[in-house]
Amino acid sequence: MPVEAIADKTLLWTVILGLGAATFLLRFSFLGLIGNRVLPGFLLKMLRYTPMAMIPGLVAPGVVWPAATGGEPDPARLIAALVTIAVGIWLRSTLAAVGAGVTALLLGLWGLG
Amino acid sequence: MPPSLAPIFRQAVLRAMPFTVMIGPFGALFGVLATAQGMSVFEAMAFSVVVIAGASQFAALQMMQDGAPILLIILTATAVNLRMAMYSVAMTPHLGMAPLWQRAVIAYFLVDQSFVLGASEYERRTDWGLAEKLAWYAGIVTPICGLWYLATWLGATFGKSVPPHWPLDFIVPVSFLAMISPILLTRAQMLAAAVSVGGTLALWWMPHSSGLLVAALAAMLAGAIWETREEARHAG
Repeated sequence: MPVEAIADKTLLWTVILGLGAATFLLRFSFLGLIGNRVLPGFLLKMLRYTPMAMIPGLVAPGVVWPAATGGEPDPARLIAALVTIAVGIWLRSTLAAVGAGVTALLLGLWGLG
Repeated sequence: MPPSLAPIFRQAVLRAMPFTVMIGPFGALFGVLATAQGMSVFEAMAFSVVVIAGASQFAALQMMQDGAPILLIILTATAVNLRMAMYSVAMTPHLGMAPLWQRAVIAYFLVDQSFVLGASEYERRTDWGLAEKLAWYAGIVTPICGLWYLATWLGATFGKSVPPHWPLDFIVPVSFLAMISPILLTRAQMLAAAVSVGGTLALWWMPHSSGLLVAALAAMLAGAIWETREEARHAG
């Protein structure tokens, strides 16, 4: 990763405080403010899918078009991503998936790069 | 703490232990990446203490590096945490009768682990009153959140000794994929993940990765609709 200084400290602190406040409000929403009023069941169902709805999409462009290679698809990074997913689904272990993914990445960069 | 609550607290600490295996490396990784992007140790710590939600912190870090506009950074990283509103709903029947200041403290510490280990135990222990439930909650969040702060500090403090040629850019995607792939259990969850990936790539022409939010909304709808149809199939 290029050492890219977060020079704009105002931006940094706005993100920290803004994200912190918004996240706290989500956590506090029912416990603190809305109480025992019932949310529509379908909305609750949708909320349960936020991790799989956000995170794969967040990652996908960086896997397919990594900034480190100037946006060119990179076999080492693609293979590492696929290995991570396969091991995660197979062993149901985040730690095993990280280990396998990082190993595949280092081997791939060393062997293919 | 009254003597009857101390064993519950200790039991909860023990139950939280397996989860610390995950928290340590991720907190340290956040500290390393934050300082690699130019944050001070204090700023990295402030991030972990104020936000205390790993996935959204990594998301914010990545978007700041991409130079996205500030509102979109906050919006996207907050969207990663939408599930916490669902945790809040789940905790309300058990802890909703605590005084307001205690509920604010509970809300601050409402993370994936405190929800999972809290909700499952409260369903089982129908004999527990509020005091017992709070002791259990405190026992879960003490090691989990304490380690999150400590690991961030360690990563931020000692992260500068990481060799600069390491492919740190790709550690975050690998970590995210490793977090998500073990919890893809149902067809509906896999469908949501597929819509999320396909949608984001198809909408990548939209400015500053705002297509991600559109794709995520479509993915949540797809998952919820699929689940509803599966339920109807099993019922009928």
